[in-house]
Amino acid sequence: MFEYAPAPESRSVVDLKPSYGLFIDGRFVDPTDGGSFKSINPASEEVLAEIAEGGGQDVERAVRAARTAYDKVWGPMPGRDRAKYLFRIARIIQERSRELAVLESLDNGKPIKESRDVDLPLVAAHFFYYAGWADKLEHAGFGPDPKPLGVAAQVIPWNFPLLMLAWKIAPALAAGNTVVLKPAETTPLTALLFAEICQQADLPAGVVNIVTGAGDTGRALVEHPGVDKVAFTGSTEVGRAIARAVAGTRKKLTLELGGKAANIVFDDAPVDQAVEGIVNGIFFNQGHVCCAGSRLLVQESVADRVLESLKRRMARLRVGDPLDKNTDIGAINSAAQLARIRELSDAGSAEGAERWSPACELPERGFWFAPTIFTGVTQAHRIAREEIFGPVLSVLTFRTPAEAVEKANNTPYGLSAGIWTDKGSRILWTADRLRAGVVWANTFNKFDPTSPFGGYKESGYGREGGRHGLEGYLNV
Amino acid sequence: MSERVAVRKTYKLFIGGKFPRSESGRSYLVQDANVSLASRKDARDAVVAARAAVKGWAGATAYNRGQILYRVAEMLEGRREQFVALGVPADEVDAATDRWVWYAGWSDKLPQVYGGANPVAGPYFNLSAPEPTGVVAVVAPEQPALLGLVSVIAPAIVTGNTVVVAASPSAPLAAVTLAEVLATSDLPGGVVNILTGKITETAPALAAHMDVNAIDLTGVTEAELAADLEVKAAQNLKRVLRPAPADHDWTADPGITRMTTLLETKTVWHPKGV
Repeated sequence: MFEYAPAPESRSVVDLKPSYGLFIDGRFVDPTDGGSFKSINPASEEVLAEIAEGGGQDVERAVRAARTAYDKVWGPMPGRDRAKYLFRIARIIQERSRELAVLESLDNGKPIKESRDVDLPLVAAHFFYYAGWADKLEHAGFGPDPKPLGVAAQVIPWNFPLLMLAWKIAPALAAGNTVVLKPAETTPLTALLFAEICQQADLPAGVVNIVTGAGDTGRALVEHPGVDKVAFTGSTEVGRAIARAVAGTRKKLTLELGGKAANIVFDDAPVDQAVEGIVNGIFFNQGHVCCAGSRLLVQESVADRVLESLKRRMARLRVGDPLDKNTDIGAINSAAQLARIRELSDAGSAEGAERWSPACELPERGFWFAPTIFTGVTQAHRIAREEIFGPVLSVLTFRTPAEAVEKANNTPYGLSAGIWTDKGSRILWTADRLRAGVVWANTFNKFDPTSPFGGYKESGYGREGGRHGLEGYLNV
Repeated sequence: MSERVAVRKTYKLFIGGKFPRSESGRSYLVQDANVSLASRKDARDAVVAARAAVKGWAGATAYNRGQILYRVAEMLEGRREQFVALGVPADEVDAATDRWVWYAGWSDKLPQVYGGANPVAGPYFNLSAPEPTGVVAVVAPEQPALLGLVSVIAPAIVTGNTVVVAASPSAPLAAVTLAEVLATSDLPGGVVNILTGKITETAPALAAHMDVNAIDLTGVTEAELAADLEVKAAQNLKRVLRPAPADHDWTADPGITRMTTLLETKTVWHPKGV
């Protein structure tokens, strides 16, 4: 293995304050009850900043600010002007992309090459895409005069903090809604920097409100009677609770939840490309990806060859400092998530699957988990059924295409799937039969603002991205 | 000379293309007839029939589904007087027939209107297309007994879903008679299953059923029951169509939301290259 000299990205571009308030009605304010929590760097456990914890009264203030902004400013504003604010935001994100990327890697633990080359370009593109919709809604296919819903309550996860913010806020604002967004408690910092960007863009006060906090804050927000729309990305368990909470209300709900995607490798797939796809599928973003290809289904006749090549490739993955430009796999986002990954991996061994990781030196401080594969996995094993949300791949085999489809669909989830084969008709045959919202054929983990994303079955409902993404924010 | 004694009809359930009595052996007197009082077990049996029909119906070509829905309109037109005799106003029967025709035409158009190519920023083919969600449980509106029923069944099945419908408890004869129309329209058995009886008995079983993908609460008039059914539906994240407002105009253009709520969008990516 090549030795690389360290190539750390500079932190100097980020100007962190010691503490942050809530962003309500265009200003940073102290929480009413004065609670706070710390956001740490998962790669070093160093405290990055003290964050305000929003309580019920803060949620109340934020929803009221959003309602006033909706009634007085954003609702009546012509679409072409809303568009210009969104274009402005997209541009400022591009201009400040390095700062945002470094901050994202600091707070989340993801490698800088991913926050810089994947997250940030997609964030800017998402705002740019939806900006253009704001004055064209009558052409979006939802009737001649689609209307916004009002105030949107949005709760996002920690795996792609700023990208999930973009997926939520951009379509909501383009459609004419105002928002109250709660970022995840372990990754609030880029959302707070985004609040500053809203100020810099002169976005009218109250159109975007950011209320930081944990589960209780999120619950207060989605249960608030003054919100017209709830959008959530996160675990299926919490998604279910939210679906129950909005039952019997007028609130429109979209949910983007967990996954246990099958990545199917047929015997005619080019092995090197498939292996790159498998690695990207499960080790991208430390496997903290709802659409991760966490179940490898490989055709029995080529299983040995694929696994040998996969192991060789895994031995060359560089795990370590997220700010190092050579790093492939960064830090696990939190101690709690690390504990969950360890628990499920231990269950994999206990249930009889065979565990393998490359020799891999992990830093002493922070939260780390070596890239891991399990072979000899059966469909009954917990590691084949439950979402691990970490760099852990479960390998199963199949003999016929029909068996591959059967196994791929044998899950309550249905978010994504992968197909690797040289035969076009087989791709289309398989894609037709997979019960999954996104199917990547001979590629994996590709995203684009024009391309609808979302799941079947217990992976949630509604789509984000594309024309489809507007539907969740319009009264159609 | 004595008058001819009429042959009366037995009004039964419609499950899997057959007309069974309720497994519970119960019936209730409504519209001067003894109508089957469906049990929770009947609801579960209907879900099994609906699930078994998904593969064939979802896999049928859009052209084929469109022709079958049109055939339903043809059969309904022919039985116009029969529905009128049940008390359904003639213009309602006509509107219901026209609604089948309207939806028949959607089968091969919705995927074009609601899907398409996405211009992603990279060398990829990227296509989104709608697919049926699977088995849909439907609480049909109490009134209008025929037009309301057709207006909830047709949008669900035209795209390839199969349904289990809880018919109007106070006016079930139109539903059972519609089942006879469906049974003679080349509609595969199990695509539409109709339960008569109490909503409070069948709907909770359907809402809580883990092999049902979506629930249409259109006909639920009691807010508390609607909320309870939605809570039950959350267990496996069913797609939910909420109750229609009491003043809903069933003769108005239905729009496409009723269809799209019961669809999944699948997006397929593939690299371009040589």
